[in-house]
Amino acid sequence: MAEKVLMKGNEALAEAAIQAGCRHFFGYPITPQTELAAYMAKKMPKIGGTYLQAESEVAAINMVYGAASAGVRAMTSSSSPGISLKSEGISYLAGADLPCLIINVQRGGPGLGGIQPSQSDYWQATKANGHGDFQVLVFAPSTVQEMVDLVAGAFDKADKYRMPAMILADGMLGQMMEPVEIRETEVNQIEKPWATNGTNGEREHNVVNSLYIQPDELERLVFERYEKYKKIEAEEQMSESYLTEDAEIVVVAYGASSRVVRSAVNAARAEGIKVGLVRPITLWPYPKAAVDAVCDTAKKLLVVEMSMGQMVEDVRLVANGRLPVEFYGRTGGIIPTPAEVLAKIKEMAGGNE
Amino acid sequence: MAENNFLLAGFGGQGILFAGKVIAYAGLADEKQVSWLPSYGPEMRGGTANCSVCLSENVIGSPLVTEPNGFVAMNLPSFDKFIDSVEKDGVVIVESSLIERKVERTDVRAFYVPATKIAEENGLKGLANIILIGKLWKETQFCTKDALVAGVKKSVPAKKAHLVDSNLKALELGIAFEA
Repeated sequence: MAEKVLMKGNEALAEAAIQAGCRHFFGYPITPQTELAAYMAKKMPKIGGTYLQAESEVAAINMVYGAASAGVRAMTSSSSPGISLKSEGISYLAGADLPCLIINVQRGGPGLGGIQPSQSDYWQATKANGHGDFQVLVFAPSTVQEMVDLVAGAFDKADKYRMPAMILADGMLGQMMEPVEIRETEVNQIEKPWATNGTNGEREHNVVNSLYIQPDELERLVFERYEKYKKIEAEEQMSESYLTEDAEIVVVAYGASSRVVRSAVNAARAEGIKVGLVRPITLWPYPKAAVDAVCDTAKKLLVVEMSMGQMVEDVRLVANGRLPVEFYGRTGGIIPTPAEVLAKIKEMAGGNE
Repeated sequence: MAENNFLLAGFGGQGILFAGKVIAYAGLADEKQVSWLPSYGPEMRGGTANCSVCLSENVIGSPLVTEPNGFVAMNLPSFDKFIDSVEKDGVVIVESSLIERKVERTDVRAFYVPATKIAEENGLKGLANIILIGKLWKETQFCTKDALVAGVKKSVPAKKAHLVDSNLKALELGIAFEA
């Protein structure tokens, strides 16, 4: 077992990407993800990798497009306003079936917003990373160790399904330090016969492109992509359920807010209130099965987010009217406190009697 | 042992984040779960750089400490901002060479340590933060003594290894200090 060291979430994401075989990083500075790019700038030159600070976020994501086309593991990282700038490029990557890793260390919005932690990019990440019919794999870690553990998997899945993957973190996870163990593992080398990495005069040219002028050809491609999405929705849902078995109230929360909720759940349990937590780890595919399961056992659901209520809509779709779904959120960079969430849980529990 | 939810607060440059790191590494040396969360951005430029540190036997929920059971105050704005949030029976360590105010609450255990003065008298300028951590450890016993020493050694960067001894000396001064 490797020795545990304290690392900031941002640094841990960077180191994990390097361990996962990523040697091509393109970024543009923004708070609160700065340490990630700084770590890459320090490390990449020493290991024969490329760290490139582009002239803008738009340039950085298009450099990712280029590197991914050549078949290498490429990534970029930013925070909310920067991700908006990248959205055109993300759509092109999806349209060209290119794997890559995009990291969003979310901050408050809209606009330039603030620099404190937020989860108000859920809709953007899961529904509209850019124009067109497409999805991106979205992973939502809640600890620094999980940030490490999800990175290699995100690269692997991106390669396997030939699509972009995103890690949706936030300023709290990016800035905090926790003990991490970075295990040295073999990098999964996935064959990329489609890559534009030189023919050696031995094969036909590969073409990487997202332009299809003939509607029937474009429709067929999008249909194929959606068949793939269906398979991913069936096979790749990830979540954690905590104390849900006998829970009358189940809280659904991901990332940083799930940690606040865990504290509130423990406090409520200490007072005898039967409450549990479902924590989505993949946000797309949404862990519908885990939420569906508690819809049959719980009496009420509560969704807690650092937003005005975005994921709550996905929970309501799964619940489909079977039980009430309430919401509690803080936004703009405010982190809800366990006491606030506990008060909401108590209010809901009181209404039961 | 109970969970330690510490809040350290002061001016930028007083070593608040480093002090938090010492506590976090000490907890890690004791095989506890630990988290360290700094304030960042503009709030650090207005007088209250602060750092939340949690040590626990169990998985740590929110790493943001809103009701500390150990609070180290290194300047007046931080003292005023957080003193009411301290949990009942919590420990408050006040840097009394920089903060003249006394704790009015009677439901917390307050200790006054003129750490900056002690540091200067002992040729340990800049190590007031570690003196205060010594006192915090004395009053809360958040880890074993060995782990505390390991926490200091682990937190001092390799390039500054010559500072380990002065940090350990500062720690001892804090532990030995009686008001």
